[in-house]
Amino acid sequence: MLTEARSAGRPGAVTQPLLQVRGLEAWYGESHVLHGIDFDVAPGEVITLLGRNGAGKTTTLKSIIGIMGKRKGSVKLEGTETIGLPSRAIARLGIGYVPEERGIYSSLSVEENLLLPPQVKPGGLSLDQIFTLFPNLKERINSQGTKLSGGEQQMLAIGRILRTGANLLLLDEPTEGLAPVIIDQIGRTIAQLKQQGFTIILVEQNFRFAATVADRHYVVEQGKVIDMIPNAELDRNIDKLHGYLGV
Amino acid sequence: MFELLGIPPQALFGQVLLGLINGSFYAILSLGLAVIFGLLNIINFTHGAQYMMGAFVAWMGLNYLGLNYWAALVLSPIVVGFTGVVIERLLLKRIAHLDHLYGLLLTFGLALIVQGLFRNSYGSSGLPYQIPPQLAGGHNLGFMFLPNYRGWVVIASLVVCLATWFMIEKTKLGAYLRAATENPTLTQAFGINVPLLVTLTYGFGVALAAFAGVLAAPIYSVNPNMGADLIIVVFAVVVIGGMGSILGSIITGFSLGLIEGLTKVFYPEASATVIFIIMVLVLLVKPAGLFGRTA
Repeated sequence: MLTEARSAGRPGAVTQPLLQVRGLEAWYGESHVLHGIDFDVAPGEVITLLGRNGAGKTTTLKSIIGIMGKRKGSVKLEGTETIGLPSRAIARLGIGYVPEERGIYSSLSVEENLLLPPQVKPGGLSLDQIFTLFPNLKERINSQGTKLSGGEQQMLAIGRILRTGANLLLLDEPTEGLAPVIIDQIGRTIAQLKQQGFTIILVEQNFRFAATVADRHYVVEQGKVIDMIPNAELDRNIDKLHGYLGV
Repeated sequence: MFELLGIPPQALFGQVLLGLINGSFYAILSLGLAVIFGLLNIINFTHGAQYMMGAFVAWMGLNYLGLNYWAALVLSPIVVGFTGVVIERLLLKRIAHLDHLYGLLLTFGLALIVQGLFRNSYGSSGLPYQIPPQLAGGHNLGFMFLPNYRGWVVIASLVVCLATWFMIEKTKLGAYLRAATENPTLTQAFGINVPLLVTLTYGFGVALAAFAGVLAAPIYSVNPNMGADLIIVVFAVVVIGGMGSILGSIITGFSLGLIEGLTKVFYPEASATVIFIIMVLVLLVKPAGLFGRTA
């Protein structure tokens, strides 16, 4: 259980984290963007990174998967230090990444997009299981990836990494620009994935959506984690959270 | 015998065949350039020199090691392709993040060095390479005489071009290449080894040039300048087809060879310039090329 896994000493710390991030710093060229991010994620947990635009949430995900030009600190996945590894090696440790812009390849069909990422671990979903989760994709299997609607592209981006067997999913603003009915579907999918044991880090601006799926919320501001709010205590901390997010 | 627009059929079809043969070389060479440009974003000016190296490796294999044409057709692309792998690893990798111009200048300089080395060692007069006995002779088709070797060049080029197109458009490896061309950072973040793909792609593009060089060896003399003479036309073909377009390179290569051949029949004065005139017109109307995508 998650509550058992949490340690008493440090807010948000877990005794045996799947992912442990310590003092993570990152740069875009000369611009220092992350100034020492610390957080843990337990196996099977869904956590969100909340914060204003430019706080460093997306950069944190990019740094975890290793696509930032320069980064420092420590990112351990199941005890393995990844900070010096290229992104292809990090992905093969079992991390699946869905970028903010979804990253659907226009030169590939829906099927080719789905089959592109190599399997990194056993236990990935089969195509049939993905089609059960996202029936729209089956109907559009031969379409060009970027011809899909925004919601379908998001489903494709998530479905694509579920095939790989990755057990830690990094989802960057999966609800951005989507209609409420699609957001509900994405929310249900994330809940299902959590039930199946996936660990998920979600970057969200929409904390109302985040509250429906997450166990804990880390608040990021100016490249640092400044607070952690368990979802169960969200109502009590709502004014504080509004203050952080400038709502 | 009938005549078409006052041209005897022997002359007409002879030039069509010549056009197809030139088109075969344009197609394979521009295909190699397109593959390299697509993934590496490098305008590979060394391509002509690598085509020449293919012919020379075949000549050296025959004269120093006794390797016949068929062995050369397999081994020369592998050997020259390997030199491409070394060039990519040692040089091109270092300038991958810089503007296209640096890659163009580097490969242009390399081409001059390679051509200079071969010119110093083998002179400029050209070395003979015999047509393999299995392909000697020809067939009289009634309306024209078809030399077997020339027919073979067209068929071999078509097969290699279509196989390359199939590999890139219809296989998993091709999907990796297309994905890495479009978004290398994300492709890498899926666990795909993009740097290795880049290296192998450059090696493959170079191997295509060397394959064309072996095909060309029995038709043209093996000469250090054979690539330099051809490469400017091939670049025009690539621009007309659309930089990085695989199918565009193949179709444009064969088509422009044919157009060039027919121009030799109907208006010989323009035969050396017709491809460049088409290039100018295409650039005016469709700057990304006939099959290219606008950014």
